[in-house]
Amino acid sequence: MDTLQVLQIIWFFLIGILLAGYSVLDGFDLGIGILLPFMAKDKNDTVALFTAIGPVWDGNEVWLLTAGGALFAAFPHAYATVFSGFYLALMLVLFALIFRAVSLEFWSLDEPRRSFWKWAFAIGSLLPSLLFGVALGNVVEGIPLSDSMEFTGSFFTLLRPFPIAVGLTGLSAILVHGCTYAALKTEGPLHDRARLMGKRLWILFLIMLIISAIMSGLYLPGSLKSPLGWIGAAVVIISLVIGRVWMGRTNDKVPFLMTSLSFIGLWGIAGSYQFPHLVKAAGGSGLHLSIYNSSSSELTLTVMLTIAAIGMPMVLVYTVYAYRIFKGKVNL
Amino acid sequence: MDPVLLSRIQFGLTAGFHFIFPPLTLGLSLVILILEIIYYTSDSELYKKISTFMVKIMGLVFVMGVATGIVLEFSFGTNWSNYSRMVGDIFGAPLAAEGIFAFFMESVFLGILIFGRNRVSKRFYLLSVFLVFFASHLSGLWIIIANSWMQTPAGYTIEGGRAVLTNFYEAALNGSTIVRFLHTIIGGWITGTLFTAGVSSWYLLKERDTEAARPLLSLALWIFTATAIIQFVSGHSHSVQVAKTQPEKMAAFEALWQSRAGAPMSVIGIPDTAAKKTRFEIAVPKLLSIAIYFDPNATVQGLNEFQPDELPSVFISYLTYHGMIGLGSFFALLALIALILRFRNRLFDSRWYLWILVLATPLPFISNELGWMSAEIGRQPWAVYRVLKTIDAASVVVPAGQILFTIIMFSVIYLLLFAVFIKILVSIVKKGPDNVTLGYIGE
Ligand code: HDD
Ligand code: HEM
Ligand code: HEM
Repeated sequence: MDTLQVLQIIWFFLIGILLAGYSVLDGFDLGIGILLPFMAKDKNDTVALFTAIGPVWDGNEVWLLTAGGALFAAFPHAYATVFSGFYLALMLVLFALIFRAVSLEFWSLDEPRRSFWKWAFAIGSLLPSLLFGVALGNVVEGIPLSDSMEFTGSFFTLLRPFPIAVGLTGLSAILVHGCTYAALKTEGPLHDRARLMGKRLWILFLIMLIISAIMSGLYLPGSLKSPLGWIGAAVVIISLVIGRVWMGRTNDKVPFLMTSLSFIGLWGIAGSYQFPHLVKAAGGSGLHLSIYNSSSSELTLTVMLTIAAIGMPMVLVYTVYAYRIFKGKVNL
Repeated sequence: MDPVLLSRIQFGLTAGFHFIFPPLTLGLSLVILILEIIYYTSDSELYKKISTFMVKIMGLVFVMGVATGIVLEFSFGTNWSNYSRMVGDIFGAPLAAEGIFAFFMESVFLGILIFGRNRVSKRFYLLSVFLVFFASHLSGLWIIIANSWMQTPAGYTIEGGRAVLTNFYEAALNGSTIVRFLHTIIGGWITGTLFTAGVSSWYLLKERDTEAARPLLSLALWIFTATAIIQFVSGHSHSVQVAKTQPEKMAAFEALWQSRAGAPMSVIGIPDTAAKKTRFEIAVPKLLSIAIYFDPNATVQGLNEFQPDELPSVFISYLTYHGMIGLGSFFALLALIALILRFRNRLFDSRWYLWILVLATPLPFISNELGWMSAEIGRQPWAVYRVLKTIDAASVVVPAGQILFTIIMFSVIYLLLFAVFIKILVSIVKKGPDNVTLGYIGE
């Protein structure tokens, strides 16, 4: 194996880590966002939930921006194909993220339109939570590609059964994750409501996992034979069972840690099936975009690795530090 | 309609809207840093109060910057996918570096500024203020590295039709990065300090909150005075750089139709491309040659030396560039008046001047936009100067109808957000520094 190949493989993993980091961190504030209209019964509840995520949501979203930037830098063809190919879907996500970003602040400062901003936050959280999974399902199942790496389908190509199942699975994971974080950060009736919702949505998540597993067997040849995929699945199942058991006890940390872990398991399943491909081409055309045919040059990958090696440890240190500053239940 | 033209309109619209907010963030973060240093060293509750008020405003501005920045980050892939394929090897790295080095730091420490005042020590709070200041400027640096590479590409070679990185430092510190960075940052400081001065002048005119408004006005005007004057120097170096690295752009800026020795500098006029003439022109003889080459008889290249299809719109380039300089001259004038009034101890009671400051608050935003328009439209027809044409940079798979639809959506959403933003901003200012709470508590 030459240096270029090693770097390509490293960058496959690093982008996987950025995406997993994004789903663990932004996952809970997306989940809280979607459930906000149902979880918060009055203004104080809303303030409590907003304050739980207020100091961190933007930092969490930066994981997505950085994953996007890293994909651009490391695998420009994959970035170009997916983002131009999924144009309308991505634009929907962007509209949603715009509203989501402003609505916390606007809710608190634009009182006449509070209910508008509350729903803007909820829907702005729902669309990305669903569509990211749909996009992932598509690049895993395969999309129609031309021999110049361009997407040849339409918006509706994206809405096939398997990608929708992946989208709903991701969505339900995010919902449970939002509940475990809300329970971790709140007290009293709000806390109990979050926990109860978590228990109910847990069932939905389980059902979606089973459906996705069955569909993988149908739509993805060979997917059930990958040992690494089964390890990922085992991580997901074990973390969910432990999380569910602890949801019935007094400790709020374990369920949150477990839903976080389940995301890592999910990315493990997806990554092990996908490697070394980034975007699969539909219909066995062999025109897949892999880490080998869509990457940047060796020099760029090296420069990027240096940047990541200096920058990411720093990011981790102060992110952990900031979470510690705001640790514990929200008190208003 | 032509999808490339639509993508250009969309990018101009979304980038132009984004760039309303970053300069204000940059300037406000500087003002807040100074206020916090004074609070830290003097323990004066007044400065703490003023700073909290400014943090409240910056939080609002920041959120708008975030909401509109996300769009740009992805628009290279959505609307400029061929661009991303051709130059991704070079262009992607600064974008990723911006995320890793700057955005994380900016957002994490801004969270501490807004929610953490009572949770961290005074010293750590000051450190957080500094890191927000530092990271937002660092983010500007990385994105300007990316942009400057498009203007003056360096450190690459073309292999199989794609630009491939050969030297990272050359690519990053290409011919225009440093002067563009300084010029843009100073533009941001002008914006933020004139904004601060405008708000405090308004309090003085209304004779309310004067205890806070006086030191704030004085502080803001000191920085404004310095930066408005320095901007001439940085703008001058920027013009020299453009003349040397993108001569046809400078010819378009000045509407210099023919090459000539002892070229004049155009002050105002209306370029007429068809007639190759500038109508109603007032020009200073030989000044352009002096400014660029420090030699009254040096020859400056005119538009006639370049292929007509490789020139930008002279009309737009000329007007935006001269509009920026016109505003810059006005700011320098305001700065000089501030100095004179200060000398005479009349700063706080010259009501006419305070009114001008209030009314001038929006102007730096306009000069920032004009500056970017001259830089970006003056670069046409190239997306990457003399490497990749804009028509070859766009996405090929996105239908024009979808781009048109998204332009309409962005316009509607941005108009709505801007209206609410202004309304909230006005209400924060009206409530005044005495009634600020950070966080989401509301009233
Ligand atoms: C000179 C400064 C400057 C310029 C030219 C740009 N930006 Fe910007 N951007 C900033 C300075 C900045 C900032 C000061 O760092 C912001 C603005 C306000 C803010 O909240 O952070 C920001 C926010 C911001 C964000 C949100 C970050 C977050 O979530 O925290 C993104 C994704 C971008 N920008 C991306 C871009 C792109 C892709 C640009 C070019 C096309 C661009 N910006 C031009
Ligand atoms: C006072 C005289 C000024 C001169 C001579 C001047 C000169 C220039 C030049 C030559 C460019 C570069 C265009 C290019 O790269 O193609 C530019 C761009 C720009 N200017 Fe100015 N400028 C002046 C004042 C201002 C002021 C007062 C502001 C804002 C408050 C401002 C903001 C900008 C911005 C944001 C850009 C775009 C970014 C860049 O290319 O640097 N300028 N200016
Ligand atoms: C935030 C301030 C900026 C403003 C207001 C701005 C404005 C514009 C405008 C008006 C256009 C359309 C030009 C035309 O087609 O006639 C454009 C194009 C473009 N700009 Fe900028 N720009 C900004 C910053 C940047 C930065 C920092 C980058 C890169 C990092 C960038 C990259 C591009 C690209 C890729 C295009 C499309 C291709 C092209 O038209 O050449 N811009 N911008």
